[in-house]
Amino acid sequence: MRLENQPPVSADTPIGITLTINGQRRELQVAPWTTLLDLLRERLDLTGTKKGCDHGQCGACTVLVNGTRVNSCLTLAVMKDGAEITTVEGLAGLGDRAGSNALHPIQEAFIEHDAFQCGYCTPGQLCSSVGLMNEGHAHTRDEIREAMSGNICRCGAYTNIVDAIEDVMQGGAR
Amino acid sequence: MNRFDYVRAGTVAEAVQAFGAGARFIAGGTNLIDLMKYDVEKPGRLIDITRLPLDKIEAHGNGLRIGALATNAKVAYDDRVAERYPLLRNAILAGASAQLRNAASTGGNLLQRTRCYYFYDTATACNKREPGSGCPAIGGMNRIHAIFGTSENCIATHPSDMCIALAALEATVQVSGPQGDRSIPFSEFHRLPGDTPETDTNLAPGEIIVAVDLPESRFPQHYTYLKLRDRLSYAFALVSVAAALELDGDTVKTARLALGGVAHKPWRNREAEALLEGKPATRESFQAAADLIVSEAQPQSENGFKIDLARRAIVRGLEQAAAGTPQSLSDKRIQ
Ligand SMILES: Cc1cc2nc3c(=O)[nH]c(=O)nc-3n(C[C@H](O)[C@H](O)[C@H](O)COP(=O)(O)OP(=O)(O)OC[C@H]3O[C@@H](n4cnc5c(N)ncnc54)[C@H](O)[C@@H]3O)c2cc1C
Ligand code: SF4
Ligand code: FES
Ligand code: FES
Repeated sequence: MRLENQPPVSADTPIGITLTINGQRRELQVAPWTTLLDLLRERLDLTGTKKGCDHGQCGACTVLVNGTRVNSCLTLAVMKDGAEITTVEGLAGLGDRAGSNALHPIQEAFIEHDAFQCGYCTPGQLCSSVGLMNEGHAHTRDEIREAMSGNICRCGAYTNIVDAIEDVMQGGAR
Repeated sequence: MNRFDYVRAGTVAEAVQAFGAGARFIAGGTNLIDLMKYDVEKPGRLIDITRLPLDKIEAHGNGLRIGALATNAKVAYDDRVAERYPLLRNAILAGASAQLRNAASTGGNLLQRTRCYYFYDTATACNKREPGSGCPAIGGMNRIHAIFGTSENCIATHPSDMCIALAALEATVQVSGPQGDRSIPFSEFHRLPGDTPETDTNLAPGEIIVAVDLPESRFPQHYTYLKLRDRLSYAFALVSVAAALELDGDTVKTARLALGGVAHKPWRNREAEALLEGKPATRESFQAAADLIVSEAQPQSENGFKIDLARRAIVRGLEQAAAGTPQSLSDKRIQ
């Protein structure tokens, strides 16, 4: 449903939106104050995406919207009507082995390099890593560190996370 | 979060028309949604402006016109910005995180609110949030607060990095509203708190930012954005310096200097800039300008350290600009 030129939707009316989530097209009715994060976790049972701070300060909720990494806690689902969303559950379906059920190279690299401890930040780190590689601006180790600074890891797995990303960028962990 | 009506605008006129008391425009949402979760903002209506055709970056006279919806990331990684306005690029990339910059818009960045702890905490008084209730930051926790241009009603700072570069570059803000279109010079866009700290800018209610114009490029070589903060990334500035110079040999022809993290708006001191012009680009000249700027500083109970930090950051920033060695964005050592 296109809302342009239409009277405002009042607070009690859910709004119809279409999202393509991990390759699957979904028609959804959402209240306008539903964040994308809450929609994914509470309504769609896609609980891989984590809620750390709910205020843009930790990166645990990072997902890809049309291939670009954003904090799903600071965006409303209605604002993303028509978008393609990829969560950690959908990473395996990206790239050259789509449909094969194999892990995404970055997921393999995280395992290979022991890039997590408790794992709470990991879904956000993984989506952020894919976003970073899509962007293509980070090349050196320092640049990767800086470009990943929006993802906090309370366990301090940073060094291994950067190792994993570097590895995939150099064509490893495949 | 409170309940609200939701309108998706298709044109600027539609967005302006949908505005009314208690309404808010929403672009990236990275500041507004955050504030709504704390009940600091409780809009009765959200006007989604993300579908407006305002995300272009295009030539404009000898300068560049940046659409209000161009994301911070899009602006920072635009080739023309990188070549002709690298100060702007560096300031943007010094702020927030990659995820936030991918969502945050140019217009929203200008209108982001202060990070004062009391402003965010609805259990406390705050003149900016609730006019007349008082300012607990004065005499309270004010380590991050302003040292310039404060009033007895509010000592908050404007948190943006991008705006510090836009102030130094003397950008112009293009707005459209119920009263028609107008241009606001950057120095007149944000305001000092005075007796009305609830008002951050001179934008009228219902006015929408449509673009930010950059004048002809003058500082593609001699510039820096030096940001000092509690951790090396993903933190707001305690003090930041945007420095831009035009040199004639070793002599300063034009100097632009804007400070962040120290005032309710990007802080410029025209006298200090004038003092530099015609002087040799040496540490001595830079120290004289820095001394003049900080001579007006007024510390609060916990932020006196910012005065010396600002003085040193100004000198170092001008040195980096003069040498053509801007602060690296990834190597955090300050050379
Ligand atoms: C954890 C965190 C860290 C951050 N760190 C930094 C940092 O280091 N440096 C920095 O500079 N910033 C930082 N930010 C702030 C970030 O840059 C801003 O939140 C962002 O720029 C706001 O843009 P937006 O499009 O998301 O605005 P929104 O949240 O959509 O809107 C903000 C305000 O602007 C109004 N608005 C938006 N667009 C328009 C328009 N075109 N016309 C009229 N009104 C409009 C809205 O009504 C609202 O009042 C940080 C934010 C977070 C959450
Ligand atoms: S400094 Fe300004 S924003 Fe902070 S408590 Fe005082 S009035 Fe509120
Ligand atoms: S949960 Fe979104 S950034 Fe922390
Ligand atoms: S692995 Fe525990 S927070 Fe990162």
